[in-house]
Amino acid sequence: MAHLDPRVERHTAKATGISAQVETTDTVETKTPEKVCGMGHRMKRKEDPRFIQGKGRYIDDIKLPGMLHMAIVRSPYAHAKILNIDTSEALATPGVVAVITGKDLKAAGNLHYMPTLMSDTQPVLPIDKVLYYAQEVCAVIATDRYIAADAREKILVEYEPLEPVIDPHRALKDEIIVREDKEKKTNHVWHWSAGDSAATDAVFARAAHVVKQDIYIPRIHVCSIETCGMVANYDKVREHMQLYMTSQAPHAHRTVFALVSGLPEHKIQVISPDIGGGFGGKVPVYPGYVVCAVASLVTGKPIKWIEDRSENLQADSFARDYHIKAELAADASGKLTGLRVRTISDCGVADAAANPSKFPAGLYSICTGSYQLEAADVQVDGVYTNKPPGGVAYRCSFRVTEAVHLIERMVDIMAHDLGRDPAAFRLQNFIRPDQFPYKSPTGWEYDSGNYEAALKKAMTMIDYAALRDEQAKKRARGELMGIGISSFTEVVGAGPAADFDILGIKMFDSAEIRIHPTGKAIARLGTKSQGQGHETTYAQIIAEELGLPAADVQVEEGDTDTAPYGLGTYASRSTPTSGAAAAMAARKIRAKAKKIAAYLLEVGEQDLEWNVDRFQVKGSPDQAKTIQEIAFAAYTNHPPDIEAGLEATDYYNPPNLTFPFGSYICVVDIDPGTAVVKIRRFVAVDDCGKIINPMIVEGQIEGGLTMGLAPAMFEEIVYDENGQNLTGTMADYLLPTAVESPRWELGKTITPSPHHPFGAKGVGESPTVGAPPAIANAVVDALWHLGVRHIDIPITPYRVWKALREHGVTG
Amino acid sequence: MSRHQISLTVNGEKVTREVEARTLLVHFIREHLELTGTHIGCDTTSCGACTVMLDGRPIKSCTVFAVQADQGNLETIEALAAGGKLHPLQEGFWEKHGLQCGYCTPGMIMSAKSLLARKPRPTEAEIREGISGNICRCTGYNKIVEAIQYAADKLQEAR
Amino acid sequence: MIPAQFDYHAPKSLDEAIALLTQHGGSAKVLAGGQSLIPAMRFRLATPEVLVDINGIRQLEYVREQGGYLAIGALARETALEESELIARRYPLLFDTAKVVADPLVRQRATVGGNLAHADPANDHPATMLAYAAQVVARGPKGERTIGIDDFFTGLFENALAPGEILTEIRVPIPRATSGGAYIKLERKVGDYATTGVAVQLEASGEVCTAIRIGLTNVSPTPMRALEAEQRLIGQPLTEANLEAAGQLAATACDPSSDLRGSADYKRDVTRVVLKRAVILAHARAKGAKS
Repeated sequence: MAHLDPRVERHTAKATGISAQVETTDTVETKTPEKVCGMGHRMKRKEDPRFIQGKGRYIDDIKLPGMLHMAIVRSPYAHAKILNIDTSEALATPGVVAVITGKDLKAAGNLHYMPTLMSDTQPVLPIDKVLYYAQEVCAVIATDRYIAADAREKILVEYEPLEPVIDPHRALKDEIIVREDKEKKTNHVWHWSAGDSAATDAVFARAAHVVKQDIYIPRIHVCSIETCGMVANYDKVREHMQLYMTSQAPHAHRTVFALVSGLPEHKIQVISPDIGGGFGGKVPVYPGYVVCAVASLVTGKPIKWIEDRSENLQADSFARDYHIKAELAADASGKLTGLRVRTISDCGVADAAANPSKFPAGLYSICTGSYQLEAADVQVDGVYTNKPPGGVAYRCSFRVTEAVHLIERMVDIMAHDLGRDPAAFRLQNFIRPDQFPYKSPTGWEYDSGNYEAALKKAMTMIDYAALRDEQAKKRARGELMGIGISSFTEVVGAGPAADFDILGIKMFDSAEIRIHPTGKAIARLGTKSQGQGHETTYAQIIAEELGLPAADVQVEEGDTDTAPYGLGTYASRSTPTSGAAAAMAARKIRAKAKKIAAYLLEVGEQDLEWNVDRFQVKGSPDQAKTIQEIAFAAYTNHPPDIEAGLEATDYYNPPNLTFPFGSYICVVDIDPGTAVVKIRRFVAVDDCGKIINPMIVEGQIEGGLTMGLAPAMFEEIVYDENGQNLTGTMADYLLPTAVESPRWELGKTITPSPHHPFGAKGVGESPTVGAPPAIANAVVDALWHLGVRHIDIPITPYRVWKALREHGVTG
Repeated sequence: MSRHQISLTVNGEKVTREVEARTLLVHFIREHLELTGTHIGCDTTSCGACTVMLDGRPIKSCTVFAVQADQGNLETIEALAAGGKLHPLQEGFWEKHGLQCGYCTPGMIMSAKSLLARKPRPTEAEIREGISGNICRCTGYNKIVEAIQYAADKLQEAR
Repeated sequence: MIPAQFDYHAPKSLDEAIALLTQHGGSAKVLAGGQSLIPAMRFRLATPEVLVDINGIRQLEYVREQGGYLAIGALARETALEESELIARRYPLLFDTAKVVADPLVRQRATVGGNLAHADPANDHPATMLAYAAQVVARGPKGERTIGIDDFFTGLFENALAPGEILTEIRVPIPRATSGGAYIKLERKVGDYATTGVAVQLEASGEVCTAIRIGLTNVSPTPMRALEAEQRLIGQPLTEANLEAAGQLAATACDPSSDLRGSADYKRDVTRVVLKRAVILAHARAKGAKS
């Protein structure tokens, strides 16, 4: 570790009064020339050459000598006793090496259960009972994929079906206990609350207006185009376990595997190579991974397990499944005063959510949104049902989609109820820029925001007034046109050590930068891109700080043997945490570089100033040393009183979360005959603070918008009353194509985060969070005059048809 | 269960292998030929990640048996940057940020290649319709459309 | 994901194919486009012991007018119809249909013959061929015969082909100058099966409908014609009132299942709506307007 200057600048959380106020702009500036390509440049992605030539390296591309294949037998029942598992025919099949059952895992050291990321327990392979449809029952290992598939069909499992409990409201009655294996025989897993119920009751008691609405946000699935998988490679001689894994959080997974298996952590290597989309679905530890690793441990051979799409959709972690009862209060002038929320979180058979441990309902209490409220009371209950376990954040930072959907629907219902224009109503109630940092009634300190600027920009871009005129004329003719707004506040970048940990591991993140003698660099980080462009964006951050061309900075993530410890990439946390760490590490390097420059130029450090890529003598800019010259000197001619080398590591503990925000406006036309909703226009104004690469940010927003459209109008996991999954393939679980996905129109404002080292906030999930309520609000707006107050997502043609026909529109 | 010896041209080279009747073309490509640029994303012929060109047509290679490609002409993503020069589509996807995780990209490019061969000056609607057999989760499609428009322009210039 | 094992044959001639089918009987299936069969085999819902791949019988792949009808060879791919100027100009109902079968990639392999022979009421061509009063030509061990389309679909996934018979050609009567046709499919997204689909082929004299056949997609266990709706419109002016009445008759006559797309009542109602629009579009084309 190099000797560091203790006076290295560090951003603190203390955002007091004036220093917290940041200016909103809307132009991306670049402070470095194109050759350096620091922040603000639309740099072409450095990772693309391999992907466009089909040379990416995804898990299923990995082939190791002697590798065997694993296929999983799954339960056709949501709840059943296992009477017998007959593996004899499978084992007698040529090419079949082994069959692993729950009994085998139990004998191997109680590996038939594992801890979840929320400190619950989850079955790996069952012994007595299956608890959800498509649950893993046993696994067959064979010499090739086709033989494994055949052998899977030959395993005969005898079940005695039991009645499942599918509806969480029914589950709360504890008539059918889902987890008989737990000490407390109840389906009620946890209760969590935020805010102040007494203060909220008082606010509601004196309210002039109250609106109430039940909102159900159904189960959905991230359905990244690459499914999950692993190649486990246990070397019996070196006693070393190598796990190639579709992992968004390789270090956390390594630690979990160490704790579960008893293998020492230094003998486990998790390698997350190229990942074909994560969106939260590659954060949990699935039973398949554990069985695959155990199979390799036992056989000493590499084992590949790649799930089919059907398995992925039916058994891997779902998202959402929140049953919400919300109430919103306002005074006579239309000023919002209070919010009361009660929610049931359907956990499936285990609380296996990927949340920070103190937050079983994630960051749901952000549900007071962009509005000034006097009080809020948010209470959530987690419930077991006979469905797959989980609760990942489908591209939404820990339940923020649910929170934003509820507040934006409630605000819209209130506005419509009061006969107010929804834009004007929001403008009346927004938190004002001078109120930041803003303490919300549920305890969040929003770092910065300018909600009015974003909404007004969106309104200008879409010509809002003209649209309302058009709507009035169309309504008079019986045509159905709607305008929906969503003015969301996101909360990302988990998170400060005081409150944020996963299984006790604090949610810092890390960067390690090493500059070579010839002025090139390698940077390794604790996050893990699944398409977000880290190989480019981190290089641009470092280029900005050090003037090293981004093209000269090699960025690596995902190998736990080489990368510094991190908590991975999900919940839009990479830029707020590892991005910050990269900047801080670069600043440590710059501090050392200053010493070397001073030594080379024979001046005092106080005589030097930094200029893009060099230290120059104040008043005499010709006397300068570039970062490349300094790097060379670090190995060949450095000051004798300091160490050689030019590198630094930073583990960044963010002082707060960051709060990206935006305003989206959606225009829909509804065909009264077919009930088909067409999105005519969708304007999205996003504010993610300082922008690293505008092109990548646009890509994140456009992708996130389509992943907001999808649950708003297409996606839903449906179970029948027996707990069978009816939407278990891509034929029934509907993902939008380029035809269904509209041409998104983007705008931006830039309101930096005052506490982040370069003012950035994170962006990947804002659009997934903000889009569904904009769409839902537009549809309800189109139908409000008929008496329609709410439609749950997904807003399918069938649901719109029902609303139309129930309210007298025959088409 | 029958086994068959098949001979076909793959990316310009003659290849002969033995397969089971049921070997899917996508597995033949990925496992037998070790060309892993073609990907598997679903099991219901829904996603298009496995798109390749067979006898000049873009097809989903998960829904064809390898044995059906006997005597055929197969082109995969690996053929496009022949001689080290990127195809205009590959250039376009890079210039316009038409990919993020890269998993749908080979299939998307092969579909687009066929589209541009049939419709050299496609409208936006024709592009979106032309790639509607390929699902992307990352990009939201806007920049894929722009990438294909870029390539269409480039290919027109070359004429 | 991975099919069960089977024996594979790729005959070079129709006679060879028929011989193989006759030899193996019920344990053999014809493989044409494979875009319905192979997905079913991958889930092991279909486990034929023998596949007879007819893709090598290239003389079955054609689309041409001859002898008063449009002859579509059994192996004609959907894209052949989509890309045909003849079809676009003279057979708009068929053109509309080809464009909405599955997705553009599936259409490169999928055959019109297979789409019919599968006898799936969720497929699009059955309704269209019913509307066209098409004929199916089959060849088998006893020779060749023609089957009228009204007799072709005998049950869910059941057709009138005898054991050993292969569908070789579909014949669509060349439409008269006074005719027009249209297919409108309501689908949740590209690639989905129809929520409802209505195929209309009609002849009109001014505003009066002189002949009409209407086929419906995915609203009954077997592909069906909306006979009552047809009867209501023949000889009548195509007014809103008459169209509405016909739509209601079709809604009542069809027999959709409630599923993830929606309830049976919803499907009946949108069938009513779509039927009206399909007739209006077919009528506009009959009068010479652009589609």
